[in-house]
Amino acid sequence: MKRSVLVAFSGLLFGFGLCVSQMVNPEKVLGFLDLFGSWDPSLAFVMIGGLGVTAFGLARISTWQKPLLAADFSLPPRSGIDAPLIAGAAIFGAGWGLVGFCPGPAIASLAYGLEKSWVFLGAMFVGMMAVRLIPGTRSL
Amino acid sequence: MEIHNFTPWSALIGGMLIGLSTVLLFAVNGRLAGISSIVRGVVAPQRPGDLDWRILFLTGLVFGAFLYRLLNGMNSSITLEASLLTVGIGGILTGVGTAVGNGCTSGHGICGLARKSTRSLMATITFMVIGGITVFFLRHVIGA
Repeated sequence: MKRSVLVAFSGLLFGFGLCVSQMVNPEKVLGFLDLFGSWDPSLAFVMIGGLGVTAFGLARISTWQKPLLAADFSLPPRSGIDAPLIAGAAIFGAGWGLVGFCPGPAIASLAYGLEKSWVFLGAMFVGMMAVRLIPGTRSL
Repeated sequence: MEIHNFTPWSALIGGMLIGLSTVLLFAVNGRLAGISSIVRGVVAPQRPGDLDWRILFLTGLVFGAFLYRLLNGMNSSITLEASLLTVGIGGILTGVGTAVGNGCTSGHGICGLARKSTRSLMATITFMVIGGITVFFLRHVIGA
C-alpha cells in the first residue's frame, strides 16, 4: 500500500514536472529542435535539471543493498552500441520531430483533453506491438 | 539563429521535478523511470506482478499534469499543430523506435545519461540530431 502510494506520487511528480517545464507542449519541443528558425533553448535546461538531480540521487542510492519497498534493483544491462540502438533512436527521433511528442509528454497531455493525444498513443501502442509480434524487428 | 520564448527557470525547475520523480521511483521501487520502457511493460507484460506499479506510475503522471492545470485555473494549454495523419505516423515511429532502440527521452536522455551510459549517449545524440533534421525539413524545406 505504502509502495503503491509512493509509486503513484512519483508518477505525479513526473507529470507535474513535464507541465512546469512545458515539455508537455509539442510547440515548445519543436521550438527546441528548430535550430535554424527561432530557437527556444529551454529544453536544454529541462535536461540539465533532470540529469543533475537524477545523477546525484542514483549515485547515492547505488550504495544501498536494496530499494526501500521492493525486493531488488532492476537496471538495464550495460551492453554495447549496436545497430538496433542507433536505428531505433533514429526512427524515434523522426517521430519526435514530426509531432513534438515523446512518450512521457504524450501520456501527460491526456490531462489537456486533446483528441490527437489518443491518436498518438494508440499509434505508439501499435508500433510497440508490431516490434513485439513481427519476428526480426527487434534487431532491425 | 534568433532565440525565442526562452523560459530557463521553469524549464530548470520542471526538469528537477522530473529528476526527483526518477530518484523517488528508484529508491522506493528499484526501477528506472524510462517512460517508453514502462509503457512497453503494459502493452506486453513480461512477468506476473510486474504490471501494477507501471499502471500506478502512468496514472499518477496524467494526474500530475491535471493537477498542474487545476492549480493554474485550467488556463494553461498546449499546441499540437501536426495533422491527424502526421500524429498517427509520428506515434507509430515513436512506438517502433523506442522498442527497437530500448528507450526514449527519459530512459536514454535522463536515466541513461545519469548512469554515464555510452549507449544512452549515442541514442540521445541520434534522436536529437534526427529530430532536428526532421523539423528542419518540415519547417524550412517543405514549409519554406
